[in-house]
Amino acid sequence: MIINHPLLGPRDSEEFVYLGSTDLINRPTNWEEEASAEDFYQYQYIRENIAGDHQELWYHEQGDQSWLVVTRNTLTHEIKKVELAQDVSRAMGRGK
Amino acid sequence: MSQTHRKEGGLIDQDKTLTFTFNGQILRGYEGDTLASALLANNKRLVGRSFKYHRPRGIVTVGSEEPNAIMEIGSGAHKEPNTRATVTQLYNGLEANSQNHRGPLGFDLMAITDFFSPMLSAGFYYKTFMWPKAFWEKIYEPAIRNSAGLGILSKEPDPDTYDKGFRYCDILIIGTGASGLSAALTAASSGAKVILADEDFLMGGRLNSGTAKVNDIKGSEWAKSAVEKLSAMDNVTLMSDTTIFGVYDHGIYGALENRSSESRADSKKPRQVNWRIYAKRSILCAGAIERSIAFGNNDRPGIMLAGAVRAYINRFAVATGNKVSVYTNNDDGWQTAKDLRSKGVKVVAVIDSRSISPVMGIQGAEIFMGTDVVDTKGRRALKSIKLSNGKSIDTDSLAVSGGWNPNLHLTCHHRGIPKWNEEIASFIPDESTPPGMSVAGRAKGTMALSDAMKEGHDLGASVASDLGYEAADLKAASTPSVAYHVVANWGVPSGKNRAWVDFQNDVTAKDVRLANQEGFKSVEHVKRYTTLGMATDQGKTANVLGIGIMAENMGQTMEETGTTIFRPPYSPVAVGAFAGRRRGMEFYPTRYTPSHKWSEEQGAVFVEVGMWYRSQWFPQPGETHWRQSVDREVLKTRASVGICDVTTLGKIDIKGSDVSEFLNKVYVNAFAKLPVGKTRYGLMLREDGMAMDDGTTARLAEDHFVMTTTTANAVSVYRHLQFCHQVLWPDLDVHMISVTEQYAQYAVAGPNSRNLLQKIVDPEHDISNEAFPFMGAGAITVCGGIPARLFRISFSGELAYEIAVPTRYGDALMRAMMEAGEEFDVVPYGTEALGVMRIEKGHAAGPELNGQTSAHDLGMGGMVSGKKDFIGYKLGQREELLRNDRMQMVGFKPVNKDDLVEKGHSMAGSHLLGLREEATTHNDQGWISSSIYSPMLGCYIGLGFIKDGLNRKGEFVRAVDLVRNSDIEVEICSPHFYDPEGGRLRV
Repeated sequence: MIINHPLLGPRDSEEFVYLGSTDLINRPTNWEEEASAEDFYQYQYIRENIAGDHQELWYHEQGDQSWLVVTRNTLTHEIKKVELAQDVSRAMGRGK
Repeated sequence: MSQTHRKEGGLIDQDKTLTFTFNGQILRGYEGDTLASALLANNKRLVGRSFKYHRPRGIVTVGSEEPNAIMEIGSGAHKEPNTRATVTQLYNGLEANSQNHRGPLGFDLMAITDFFSPMLSAGFYYKTFMWPKAFWEKIYEPAIRNSAGLGILSKEPDPDTYDKGFRYCDILIIGTGASGLSAALTAASSGAKVILADEDFLMGGRLNSGTAKVNDIKGSEWAKSAVEKLSAMDNVTLMSDTTIFGVYDHGIYGALENRSSESRADSKKPRQVNWRIYAKRSILCAGAIERSIAFGNNDRPGIMLAGAVRAYINRFAVATGNKVSVYTNNDDGWQTAKDLRSKGVKVVAVIDSRSISPVMGIQGAEIFMGTDVVDTKGRRALKSIKLSNGKSIDTDSLAVSGGWNPNLHLTCHHRGIPKWNEEIASFIPDESTPPGMSVAGRAKGTMALSDAMKEGHDLGASVASDLGYEAADLKAASTPSVAYHVVANWGVPSGKNRAWVDFQNDVTAKDVRLANQEGFKSVEHVKRYTTLGMATDQGKTANVLGIGIMAENMGQTMEETGTTIFRPPYSPVAVGAFAGRRRGMEFYPTRYTPSHKWSEEQGAVFVEVGMWYRSQWFPQPGETHWRQSVDREVLKTRASVGICDVTTLGKIDIKGSDVSEFLNKVYVNAFAKLPVGKTRYGLMLREDGMAMDDGTTARLAEDHFVMTTTTANAVSVYRHLQFCHQVLWPDLDVHMISVTEQYAQYAVAGPNSRNLLQKIVDPEHDISNEAFPFMGAGAITVCGGIPARLFRISFSGELAYEIAVPTRYGDALMRAMMEAGEEFDVVPYGTEALGVMRIEKGHAAGPELNGQTSAHDLGMGGMVSGKKDFIGYKLGQREELLRNDRMQMVGFKPVNKDDLVEKGHSMAGSHLLGLREEATTHNDQGWISSSIYSPMLGCYIGLGFIKDGLNRKGEFVRAVDLVRNSDIEVEICSPHFYDPEGGRLRV
């Protein structure tokens, strides 16, 4: 596959390491609450098995070491969008 | 022996004679021959035995679709089995041997399997050999494996070299026949970057096999001039003898280039190059592949596809027989008869299953319309055929054409499903071709040559135009329009005689019908039950025929029946081509530590640790066993001072105003208040609460930290930290970079370590115990101004330091320290002594951080902060992970100190059992994860995991090793065997 890196242009997927769904961005922040155990359990283990457009995290290990959010169709491998994970994470309200 | 079947002309050089051997017999051919054409020229018709029934078989095709003529080429380590003779270019000295027979090819002892054929029909594996059960593994399976099969491996390392390469283009054109060359001419005229690939060593496709005229010259001449024109263009790369074997995502194509002739002349040159071609668009012009007709005994040597017979006479000037007959269901078969006649070969009969008027007259041949071939005779070569009208005809070569199937293999690589086309009675590609791929010519089902060339011509221009290039206004090549008419003929009832569909896997028409009868109604199920199309040729000549028989048998249409699809590779690719240069020591990069050269000079023994080579121990004169070296290194280090290269530990340089907060989020213990000039041990968990890695982090300045990781996890911890920063907490002011390779780092351990270092540390840096206490860290200079970092940390349990200098000074520092240490009798130590000392101190390492152990299990539960959120906190608090009856890490020492000493092996891998319990899985209480002989304690000791271990110190259990046959009594103890109070660290 070819991943069109937002900073570096098209790169072979061999240069990347795959992690998984962008669900991993939503790490719960309510760790002090008793009930957060369930939230962390959901965060760590529960994933949708999507047949279609899937937002997923890739790491450009053999390149600039940026984490990317790649929107890839799991049926066709078509890649519709590639963003810096940092930007996506901020847009989702994460900061410090 | 002379080439009895060779004629004049052809696209070969009859002035250049080549000598080769077949089954030891010396034969001759010409430059430009394939092994198959040279064998036919020498009247070698029987060339192999079939896979299952050991039937005599001959050459059937002229290309990579060949099911029968697969051979062992070369000898010794160079031997390559299962090579198709039809695509092997002939060279001087080629050694070919037929395969899959016992005894001589002409009298195969295994041919007896043919008589048992009723037992070996479709699904025989599932039906026979079922009883008695125990016989399967010992008798049936080995016997079947021995009798059925392909060639035999040399079982020696492949002496050839393989390479990989990368190419980029706008348009990749696959196939260089009439449509491919037409597409290339227009595409290239636009200035677009074009790559042209063909599996044949001679470009031109079927133009080279026929007699059709293009622009009023011979088709092969036109092809030659087109290739010349293209090769003169800077924007065109021609790759002949190159098979596009796979279509991968986003315009990536796998291409295997054969360079055997170069590598034979110079063994350092690659035999094959595995190219990865990145193409914006591709044009598939792979032509069509002929299929057979299923009639009785249609597999005898001498029965070939009509297009192949035509190619042998036209391109290779080889007559496949002296009395040839043709059996066809389409117009194209007649062309073979016509070409043979014009070359002076006797054609005895043309049999056409269609009830129409003869397509043309063939001089000297009997013509039978609406007639079929129903049986053949001739044990090792064809002698006669029997027709449906009862007539027998003497013939030594039967050219069969059941029609042409578009070669749409590559269009299926992204699960494209071909659709049925009634007009050409075959499947054609539909819209589901891989993105970026367009198809032209016969591969698309455009059977008439003139139409195929026009299609290629137009497509070359339009694809270039899609990419923003404009093709020159070229005129399409002209060729007489010849219609193609076909009426599907899947075969005729053959009674007792078997009619073969898949030659390579020995599947008959009866097998297909039997599968239907037994309830296999889906084409995918029939394929797997009968193994139709599952041989190395992927059924290129067989599949459509098999599907036709199935449709007919089930009384349904071809659309209803559907088709199986193809997958990469198009034709077999040697594993060596995928490995490329990555073999042996080149499997991955070899990384040496900065002290490697010095260590070599000392005669060190090296060990692979992850990607690194590290010194394992340093043998001294007189030492005959590794234990002597290791024990000495430990004792001398603990008595005075030792040095170990620890460069391989991961080092991550981290800067920014929020680093301490960041570290708080990734380590279980608190880092926020770590003062400048101090270092701290830290444990990292995965989010699921399991230990991930450990190491130390030093604070060199308010906003500057250096982290160390284990050697094994250097890369993954860095990746994890980048994830935590970029994905989870993007606004923290944190910047990091891996500096593992930028710093050489040495552990200097032992009571005299400070005395040694004081001799090389520049005098303005005070490293006394008061000024630089335990867990101190800081930037210093050594040897007169060389920048260094000093950390007072200890893995050995002694007064110890780790000192880091820029890598380029690593070798010099090792030599300087060894010289400075001479007065203290300094000793270098390797990874074994390092391991001994860490186990004596009870430090967990790889065998303990195995991905299943929590902080609590490792005895580090007390370190876990409850006052902050960090990766792994919440899930690490799950009740199950905090239970005491989990496996917990403790120490183990033998009750009898001499145990195992004589046997000379440690307790590593032993299982822990109660004193009087039987060694069963049920009674298993845990295991020893790390164990060594401790020269300090004078016995073997171990770290290990046992249920509720932390509460069981002082209890006795057994360490049982069933592999090495030892069973000893051990005491559960603290893992801190040596200096548990840590007094030696702080002096």
